[in-house]
Amino acid sequence: MSSLFADHILSWMIAVPFIGMVALMFLRERSWVLYTALGTTLINAALAFYLWMSFDLIENGQQFVERVEWMPTFGIQYAVGVDGISLLLVLLTAFLPPLCILSSWESITTRLKAFMMLILLVEGAMLVVFTALDAFLFFMMWEVTMIPMYFMIVLWGGPNRVAAGLKYVIYSLTGSLLLLMGILGLSLQAGTFDIQALSQFSYSPNSEFWIFIALFLGFAIKLPMLPFHTWLPDAHSEAPTAGSVLLAGVLLKMGGYGLIRFCLPIFPEMAHSFAPFVLWLSVAGILYGGYMALAQTDLKRLVAYSSVSHMGFVTLGIFSFNNEGVEGAILQMVTHGLTTGAMFLIVGQLYDRTHSRSIADYGGLQQRMPRFVAILSLFAVASFGLPTTSNFIGEFLILVGVSYQNFAFVVFAMGGIVLGAAYMLWMLQRVAFGEPRTEAARKLTDLDFREMLTVTPLAIAIIAIGVYPGPLLEAMDSSVTFVVERLAEV
Amino acid sequence: MLQNIWLIPLLPFVSSVLLILTAGRLPRRLIAIMGAGSVGLSALIVLAVGMQFMELQTPYSLTLWVWMQVGNFAPGFSFYIDQLTVVMLSVITGVGFLIHLYSTEFMQDDSDYSRYFAYMNMFVAAMLILVMADNLLLLYLGWEGVGVCSYLLVGFWYKDPVNGAASRKAFVVTRVGDTAMALGLFLLFTELGTLQIQPMLEAANSRWVTGDTIPAIAALLLLGGAVGKSAQLPLHTWLPDAMAGPTPVSALIHAATMVTAGVYLIARTHGLFLLAPDVLMLVALVGLFTLLLAAFTALNQTDIKRILAYSTISQIGYMFLALGVGAWSAGIFHLMTHAFFKALLFLGAGAVVHCLHHEQNIFKMGGLRSKLPIVFWSFLIGSAALAALPFTSGFFSKDQILLSAFELHGTTGISLWIGPWLWAGGLVGAILTAIYSFRLVFIVFYGEAKTEPDRQPGWRMAAPLSLLCILSLIGGYFVLPLASVFPTVAQHQVSHLVEGISISIPLIGVLIAWLVYYKHSLPVEGFTESSLGKALRNFWYSGWAMDKLYDTIIVKPYTGTANAMRGEWLDRIYHGIVSLCQGSHALLSRTQGGKMRWYATSMVFGLIILVTLLGWVS
Repeated sequence: MSSLFADHILSWMIAVPFIGMVALMFLRERSWVLYTALGTTLINAALAFYLWMSFDLIENGQQFVERVEWMPTFGIQYAVGVDGISLLLVLLTAFLPPLCILSSWESITTRLKAFMMLILLVEGAMLVVFTALDAFLFFMMWEVTMIPMYFMIVLWGGPNRVAAGLKYVIYSLTGSLLLLMGILGLSLQAGTFDIQALSQFSYSPNSEFWIFIALFLGFAIKLPMLPFHTWLPDAHSEAPTAGSVLLAGVLLKMGGYGLIRFCLPIFPEMAHSFAPFVLWLSVAGILYGGYMALAQTDLKRLVAYSSVSHMGFVTLGIFSFNNEGVEGAILQMVTHGLTTGAMFLIVGQLYDRTHSRSIADYGGLQQRMPRFVAILSLFAVASFGLPTTSNFIGEFLILVGVSYQNFAFVVFAMGGIVLGAAYMLWMLQRVAFGEPRTEAARKLTDLDFREMLTVTPLAIAIIAIGVYPGPLLEAMDSSVTFVVERLAEV
Repeated sequence: MLQNIWLIPLLPFVSSVLLILTAGRLPRRLIAIMGAGSVGLSALIVLAVGMQFMELQTPYSLTLWVWMQVGNFAPGFSFYIDQLTVVMLSVITGVGFLIHLYSTEFMQDDSDYSRYFAYMNMFVAAMLILVMADNLLLLYLGWEGVGVCSYLLVGFWYKDPVNGAASRKAFVVTRVGDTAMALGLFLLFTELGTLQIQPMLEAANSRWVTGDTIPAIAALLLLGGAVGKSAQLPLHTWLPDAMAGPTPVSALIHAATMVTAGVYLIARTHGLFLLAPDVLMLVALVGLFTLLLAAFTALNQTDIKRILAYSTISQIGYMFLALGVGAWSAGIFHLMTHAFFKALLFLGAGAVVHCLHHEQNIFKMGGLRSKLPIVFWSFLIGSAALAALPFTSGFFSKDQILLSAFELHGTTGISLWIGPWLWAGGLVGAILTAIYSFRLVFIVFYGEAKTEPDRQPGWRMAAPLSLLCILSLIGGYFVLPLASVFPTVAQHQVSHLVEGISISIPLIGVLIAWLVYYKHSLPVEGFTESSLGKALRNFWYSGWAMDKLYDTIIVKPYTGTANAMRGEWLDRIYHGIVSLCQGSHALLSRTQGGKMRWYATSMVFGLIILVTLLGWVS
């Protein structure tokens, strides 16, 4: 029995959300739906914790591997496993959904069951994306994640939801198409979909360039990098809270993960020759996102642009090709998932009260909502990378990594951090301090127990990682070293 | 005791966390006991550590845990205690405790009593970490931590947006400096492979020779951080506005501790600055210009707290001057004495404001000498020390700085001859200091009463004032054990004339202030009311128009362009693609309009083109 569990822990983690979905189908009572969905995600969080605890820190390859032939004619397998890189993203993917469900406890009033099923579907698909060892499986689930997100936006979104949903789907499909071409380009030559095998094959020189470009663009749109980011502010601002959290928290991370899993190990030479271009684009994204965030009048758009800025750091770290940079980038992905997710959660809690995302409608919340302001301030300072928060660790490691490449990048990226302080504090001033500007803002009530329960785990995680990131860094160290060494061979 | 040094920052930190979590539900007495008591306990531990240290004399370090480890990059939560640290710890916890005690009464009627002490304790914890850090990254943590606490405390009375603007300005302007400092950290790490301060300085010394470019750049970047935090030119503009916070906050953060962090940083990394003599010269010049600019401005202010704020900027200018001429101990000595007398002045000003219905304009005060005697004596002693009148604490420290400046014997560039000029500039500053500080005393405490005080300070305000009075008087006789930390400096051997001038200049300043503001017998109105005089006064009053300059060249263009781009102009490219698709769709859909004649015509033309093409190809 124990081996059935322990040997197939990843399959269990993947199966649990789908089992939960099936169970939801038979439920009618609102509270049953909520508790079942919450329970399902909590089980997965517990499994993820177990996975982390039984993870071997020394091993640099895949662990908990399971392989089953799926379509042998095409060399397609159901193959999953985790290494240090995917472990962190799996943990993040399991950590956020319970909070998303808690945040939707009262705010989702229509089609609750469908909404919960979509959350579980995203979670299940994301877990496969982060653990897949087979490129076909990876791509298939990559596509699956897009659909629930689209429905979340167009069915439960804000006033402009249809246009935002369409924009999201068109961007995503364009990216997916490029990704599909890239993956087919690899597999047709190598004759396998196994990711490990793909990275050891030597491809024909004239195809390398095009495959790399296709893969890179596919990931860059998802991440999103400047100038492919314009879907993000719309999708984020129109999506319901849980949708924004999942989108920012985990879906974007597929882009960064893909770059580390595919682009770097398969085409180290191409990665090296593209690095200057990518690094400059990253820096531009950091500054651009910060610049645009300052001018936003809509809370969620502001957070979305800060996302663009933070994801610039991720590519900056990945393309610095050393342990500091890549580990910083992975940590930045996790920490961005936590802080941006947290930002969307807390903004959503405000939205639940007044149904307004406009910064101008608030002000002086400190008087009526001291708990809310305390938490918001914590997330805001985390977002601009204050030491003792997890963002600082990620950004600092990335900057150490990239400083080995070219010091100019550090200079520009630090400029983005100054902008971060400016726009976050400006937001905080207009929302939390001064006098309330509307009648509605005068009558608000502070966060209740459920809402505190939603945001407190994130606050604790942000500070815990900020003060003691050791366990996470240790977990990925050997896997990252493996990737970095492969890059250094070139 | 030394192995328990981690308790020093932990006690105020724990108290702060408890106060935040209980969110004002505790009784006020308990809040006061926790808030002031935790800092007091830390002060006692510092005292014990200091005693032990006097015997031990060797630096002590303690690693709690490794903060982040990737490759060679492994900064820790590690503390490093040497004589410099002990001096800083004593100032922070000692003066800090007195200010906390004072606050328990000052803030008594405030509804956010608990939040106030939570922030204050958090500040003390961060400041302690800053000076105890054994590596630059942990120092940076404390550095940013005190910045955030300063932000929270300046904007403490959040209902007024003016306070919010002041706190934001304080944070963002210093963050510009912090960014420079962080860049310095990256540079030092990539070049030397460590951020641990002592090994790093040793590595720097063995790797580079005096005058190399890279240590100069690194020192310059660290100087950027120091300039921001210590409110020196050109990043000084935030400090006067930061007076928006409660007055004890100004005393603790914006006079005694945080603003001197820049001085500490430079002193701590003096080994690096010694490798970059040009940057060291720049430190001295920044100090000189700042002290003059701020002194002129202080002379023209009417708000009691803004006068003291500019005075702080000016006095830190003296510390920078000291560092720049290599008088490290003198700089730290002045840091300490300044902490005593400026905290005293701020707390005195707080008492005045507290007892006068929150009046801050000195021209609406007057005649308070007999009505608030304790405050009067505090101010008198504080001003005497600030003006560096003989035998007060400020006299000893400032005298050392000026004489060291006079004696500067550099080896290159302008440092060969600039010493006497720095001295002369410092003297101009000294006379201005004496004038503006006694201007304050004469206007506020003499003349006719304009506002009646409605209360007297209680013992919790009076006791800290009295203790600080004593410290301001005798602080000059303390001998700081800094000899082992800094390179030795030769004894002063200047002529009696130079010494005599240095001593008498402040007395002349006091005399001028007495004639102008007490006797009204110097006809200065003739000048101050002329158009040139008015223009100069306005120029100085506005802090040399620096705020306006920054607003015009940085803030407005930035917000302007950001607002102009708000609607995501990059989307226009994608909208172009959409329009292209829609246009071609419209064009092509015309071809399928269901009109038989159109189909027939196009079929015929198509056939003709096809046949022609076929013929042409074959």
